[in-house]
Amino acid sequence: METLLLYALFGLFAALAIGCAIAVVVQRNPLYSAISLIGVFIALAAHYIMLAAPFIAAVQIIVYAGAIMVLVVFVIMLLNVEEAEHRPARLRFLVPTAILLAAVLFAEAAFVIYSVGDSPYSSLDTSAPPVGLTSSIGISLFTEYLLPFEITSILLLMAIVGAITLARQASISELRRAAAVTITGDNAEAETSGFQSAKSNEITPVRTGAIN
Amino acid sequence: MIPLAWYLALSAVLFTIGAAGVLIKRNAIAMFMCIELMLNSVNLTFVAFSSFFRDVSGQLIVFIVMTVAAAEAAVGLGIIIAIFRNRESLDVDDASILKL
Amino acid sequence: MNFDNPLIHAGLQFLGIFIAFNVVLMIVAYTVLAERRVLAFIQGRVGPNRVGFGGSLQPFADLLKFIFKEDIIPDKSTRFIYFIAPIIATAAALMTIIVYPFGPVIHIPFTDISFPLVITRFDVALLYVLGVTSVGVYGIALAGWSSNNKYSLMGGLRSAAQLISYELSLGLSLVGVILQAGTLDLYSIVEQQGKWGGLGWFILRGQFIGFIVYLISAIAETNRVPFDLPEAETELVAGFHTEYSAMKFALFFMAEYVNMFTVSMLATTLFLGGWNGPGVAQFPILGLFYFLGKVFFFLFLYIWLRGTLPRFRFDQLMNFGWKFLLPLAILNIIISATLALFNII
Repeated sequence: METLLLYALFGLFAALAIGCAIAVVVQRNPLYSAISLIGVFIALAAHYIMLAAPFIAAVQIIVYAGAIMVLVVFVIMLLNVEEAEHRPARLRFLVPTAILLAAVLFAEAAFVIYSVGDSPYSSLDTSAPPVGLTSSIGISLFTEYLLPFEITSILLLMAIVGAITLARQASISELRRAAAVTITGDNAEAETSGFQSAKSNEITPVRTGAIN
Repeated sequence: MIPLAWYLALSAVLFTIGAAGVLIKRNAIAMFMCIELMLNSVNLTFVAFSSFFRDVSGQLIVFIVMTVAAAEAAVGLGIIIAIFRNRESLDVDDASILKL
Repeated sequence: MNFDNPLIHAGLQFLGIFIAFNVVLMIVAYTVLAERRVLAFIQGRVGPNRVGFGGSLQPFADLLKFIFKEDIIPDKSTRFIYFIAPIIATAAALMTIIVYPFGPVIHIPFTDISFPLVITRFDVALLYVLGVTSVGVYGIALAGWSSNNKYSLMGGLRSAAQLISYELSLGLSLVGVILQAGTLDLYSIVEQQGKWGGLGWFILRGQFIGFIVYLISAIAETNRVPFDLPEAETELVAGFHTEYSAMKFALFFMAEYVNMFTVSMLATTLFLGGWNGPGVAQFPILGLFYFLGKVFFFLFLYIWLRGTLPRFRFDQLMNFGWKFLLPLAILNIIISATLALFNII
């Protein structure tokens, strides 16, 4: 009974994930693609919960669905690109080749799954404690994986600086003035004005789109 | 429990759809989203292995992949906005020369 | 009864969710009435007092009115998104209710049944709350986009920018409590505040700055005065829900008040000791009343603020969030980390 329920849940969320993933590719409107992608993320979070990894599931929702996709939706709304993609003609004669290669790929994947045969049905080492809880992740993150953690934080810092540089388009004098402010204040101010300058510059296409 | 191979198969399907999307799509934001889809399918395999081998490393790698994805989103969307400002288009074929 | 059977367990959980949702929706309905009466009192008016005794049936009259109004769909709107946007907003608002501990372990007299007044407990309850709350942004942003109305679009864009900005301070303000409690499970966080005769609340144990930052960001997250820029009626007609009418508008309205309620519950749980208070150890049922009393205090605070404060300008809002609130939240993390490291409180 419980196993049946587990399989039913797996089927449900796998179908949701695959369906939404296909919709991401098939939809012409980027906003529809974005919403479908959020569906994929939520389905995968459900899979993570079923794999006894609740922390990763929660972070998946917070980071992917709550932060990254909000930014994407924000940019799509800001740029207001609704026009359907025009498909270039050069793709036409590539379609049969693509189908052929896809068939080869499917055959290959089917062979791999077939030849691997029995995969484990449950955890290999059932005596070990489960690993998905917050404390176990925190402990390894700050002991064994401390160096990757620090490198990731430097990566994030670089991303902040890069995003501000791209969004700002400021003159040298403005940058000098901003450099005089303290570091925290600098980031905050630059990010804020980045938002505003992005808005004020992009308002024109938004308006014309609304009128059309 | 669900067999491990099922998760791997699901992940492979998602990855293929994402890769196909990157090749088919011409809209920069849509391509970006397909890349996110591929990253997510890889995350699924990591979590599945981590759960089956009772080893926390897989989940930590997922954690770091998510951070990289967040950084990628910030910079990538900044680049997309900069391209759109200069070209009034999100089509990647329009942005084929190496300057803005 | 065998509580270990998964089906019975699931059934009991569904029962608990059903009861909690209905109670919360009733409270929300009466919060709307209370808001109208209290605002009227602040402004020297009477407020709605005709339906039922002293206006007590007004929420149901409003509901009937919403149901029977004509549902207008803009001609050039994006249909599908226009339909799902209010559903996303309401569902995200309601979904967080299941993790809040409403009271301690209650023993039913003359039986041997005793259970805690919480629907479910899990390891990452606090992260779940943050995640579901952040999904609620889509309701507003998509509503603004799909209406194909420039006021709606501006409201949606503003709200997306505002919610992203204040979500940071909100999340960081909670880190202090997490550091002191050492867990993300809301039930054990409440249990840890039971010291000092039921007064060991985290707000009294070094989290005062965190509480202030949380309160301000929470008001901004729920789009209430003085942060109600997404629906600033003097600039944007009605913001993101300009084009919504009848039941769809009611869903947005309900989502806003449910959000107020859940945000107040989170403040109570994390900072004001949840159901803890003097005398709860002897009479556990008292905990439920303490909990609801604290939540009602926050709801009253919301209404009070609405009757008192004017609205921010958009640049003031952004400056305040990024230049004041965020550094303050980081300062609070440093202080709490020091407190937790040396085990001071």
